[in-house]
Amino acid sequence: MLRILLLLSLLLPVGANAALDIEIIGGAAQQIPIAVLPFNHPLKRDDLSQVISADLYRSGLFRLIETGGVATLPRELAEVKYPEWTALQAQGLVIGKVEPSAGGRLKVSFRLLDVLKQNQMAAFEYDITPGQLRQTAHKIADVIYQKFTGEPGVFATRISYVLKNGPRYTLVVADADGYGPQPVLSSTEPIISPTWAPDGTKLAYVSFEKKKPIIYVQSLTSGQRTVLANYKGNNSAPAWSPDSQRLAIVLTQGANSQISIINADGTGLQKLSRSQTIDTEPQWSSDGKWIYFSSDRGGSPQIYRMSPLGGEPQRVTFEGGYNVSPRLSPDGKQLAFIRRDGGKFQIATQDLANHQVQVLSDSTNDESPSFAPNGRLIIYATKVNGKGVLSVVSSDGKVRQRLSESGDVREPAWGPAVN
Amino acid sequence: MSKQLWISALLAMLLAACASKPIEEPKAPVAEASSSQPAEPMMDNSADTSGAGDADMSGKAMLDPRKDPNNILYTRSVFFDYNKDEVKAEYRPLVEAHAKYLVEHPEAKLILQGNTDDRGSREFNLALGQRRSVAVKNVMNVLGASDRQIETVSYGEEKQRCAEQTESCWAQNRRADIVYEGE
Repeated sequence: MLRILLLLSLLLPVGANAALDIEIIGGAAQQIPIAVLPFNHPLKRDDLSQVISADLYRSGLFRLIETGGVATLPRELAEVKYPEWTALQAQGLVIGKVEPSAGGRLKVSFRLLDVLKQNQMAAFEYDITPGQLRQTAHKIADVIYQKFTGEPGVFATRISYVLKNGPRYTLVVADADGYGPQPVLSSTEPIISPTWAPDGTKLAYVSFEKKKPIIYVQSLTSGQRTVLANYKGNNSAPAWSPDSQRLAIVLTQGANSQISIINADGTGLQKLSRSQTIDTEPQWSSDGKWIYFSSDRGGSPQIYRMSPLGGEPQRVTFEGGYNVSPRLSPDGKQLAFIRRDGGKFQIATQDLANHQVQVLSDSTNDESPSFAPNGRLIIYATKVNGKGVLSVVSSDGKVRQRLSESGDVREPAWGPAVN
Repeated sequence: MSKQLWISALLAMLLAACASKPIEEPKAPVAEASSSQPAEPMMDNSADTSGAGDADMSGKAMLDPRKDPNNILYTRSVFFDYNKDEVKAEYRPLVEAHAKYLVEHPEAKLILQGNTDDRGSREFNLALGQRRSVAVKNVMNVLGASDRQIETVSYGEEKQRCAEQTESCWAQNRRADIVYEGE
C-alpha cells in the first residue's frame, strides 16, 4: 500500500466557502496526468475548472498538470495544438467555456480530449442557472472520472453528517466535497444514525430531543418531518429498504434491542429478530434479499445476516472479538465494518466471496462507515487528537482524505447517486 | 474537617433558607443528564415529591436522604466492566438502598439511564446502555420495587462524563445513572 502521507495543501481554492477542510493522504500508484483549462465564464465566479480539478485531485487517481507555461490556453477544439500537451506529458485535456444563454441562464460546454490518440473522449453541453455552476462542474468531473476509470463518479453526490459544537448538535447535508452545508435539524440533544432514502429525497435519523431515542423521517425538499417510530424504550438504527418503501429499525424488548420492519409512513410494524441478545444496526443488501446486522448472540459482537422474511440468521464475520456496523457495497460483494483489534477500532472490509479481511485505516477510533454510491469510496468517522473528523478512504485502502470542521464531526452517510 | 460535612451543612442552610425551591447540588452526581427533563408522561409530573417538599410539610429543614452526601442514596451511579451489563457485587448495596427507598416511598419514581464508553459503534453502545439500565432495574424488582416506579432508557455513548481516551475515563462512562423524578 502506498503511504506517501504528503498532506498536500491544495493550490486550488477548494477550501474557500467549504465548511469542511480537506486533506489528502496518499494517492494511487498510477495517476492519470490531466490538464483542466479555465472555462472563463462571464459571471467571474470561481472558475469551473478549479472545481473540476479539485474533484479529480481528491480522488487520488489523477495528477493535475500545471498550465502556467502555455502561452495561449485553448477554449475551442480548433485551437488545440496536441504537441504542446504531449510535451507536458498530459494524457487527458479538458477544455470548455461558459456563455450567456436566454433568460439569464448559462450555457456550459466542455470537451474531454485524449492527448495520446488526439481524439475526443466526451463532449457535453449544459443549459443551467448560475446557481447550478458548481453542480455542473461536479457532473463534468464525473464524466471525466467515468471515461478514465470505467466507473461512475460520485463528485455530484451529497453527504450528511452530524456536527457537534459545544452543546449543539446539527444534522447537516452538504456536497460530497463539503461545500454548501445546509442544516437539516439542530438540537441540544444528540442526533445519531442519519441515513438516506435510496431515492435521495429523505433522511431517517435518531434524535434524543425528547430525552429518549426516537426515529424521524424528514423530507429534504419540504423540510417536513414525521415520527417514524416512538415506542416504549429505544427507537434506533433506521435502515431503508432498496425501494425506499420500508425501513428496518431497532426497538427494545426490555433489555434487548431487536430488529423490526416498518413501512416508511410508520405503519405495519413487524418484528423480525427474536433473540435474547442484542440485535442491532440492520442494513439491507441492495438486492433486498438480506438484512445484515450486528449481534452478540454468540457471546461477542459479530455480524450476521438474515432474510427480511425471517428465518435463522447466518454468521458473517469470524475473525476477532468485536465486529460491528455492517455496511454493504452497492454491488453486494464487499462488507465494510468496524473491527476491534488490540484496542484499536478500525474500518475494515471483508470480501463476501472469499472472506478476506482488509483493514483500511491506521487510526484507532473509527466509526460509522458508509459507501459512496459507486462503491469505490467509504466515508467514516474517526478522531484526530480527540476531535471528531470524517475520513474518506478508497475501498482498496490506497487513498484517504480527511474532512474536518470547527466542531466535532461524526455520523457520516453518503447520499445516493443523482441524475 | 471534611469537605462533605461542610457541604452538608451548607445544604441544610440552603434548605432552611429556601425550602420550596429546587436545590442546586454543589457536586451533582449526574452532570449532564440531571438537567434533562424526562421524556415519558409518567415522569412529566408537576407535583413536587422531592425532598424540598418534605421540608415544607414538616416546617423544618429535614434533609432528603437522597440529597444527603452522607447517605448511600446520594450515590447515583453503578459502574460496569467493558462490554458487560452485570451489576457487580460492590454496587449491590447501592442498588438495594434505592430499591428499598422505592418500596418505602410508593409515590417515588426514578429513571435509570444506561451509558457506555465512547469506543466502537454508537448503535451497539445504545443497545448495551439499555442492557445496563435494565440490569439495574431487575435487581430493584427482585427487592420489591415496582415497574411502575422505574423507567429504563439508554443514552449509549452520547452522555460522556469524562472525555479523555484513558481507561479511568472510560470506566467512569460505563455506568447506569439513577435519576429521581423531579431532579
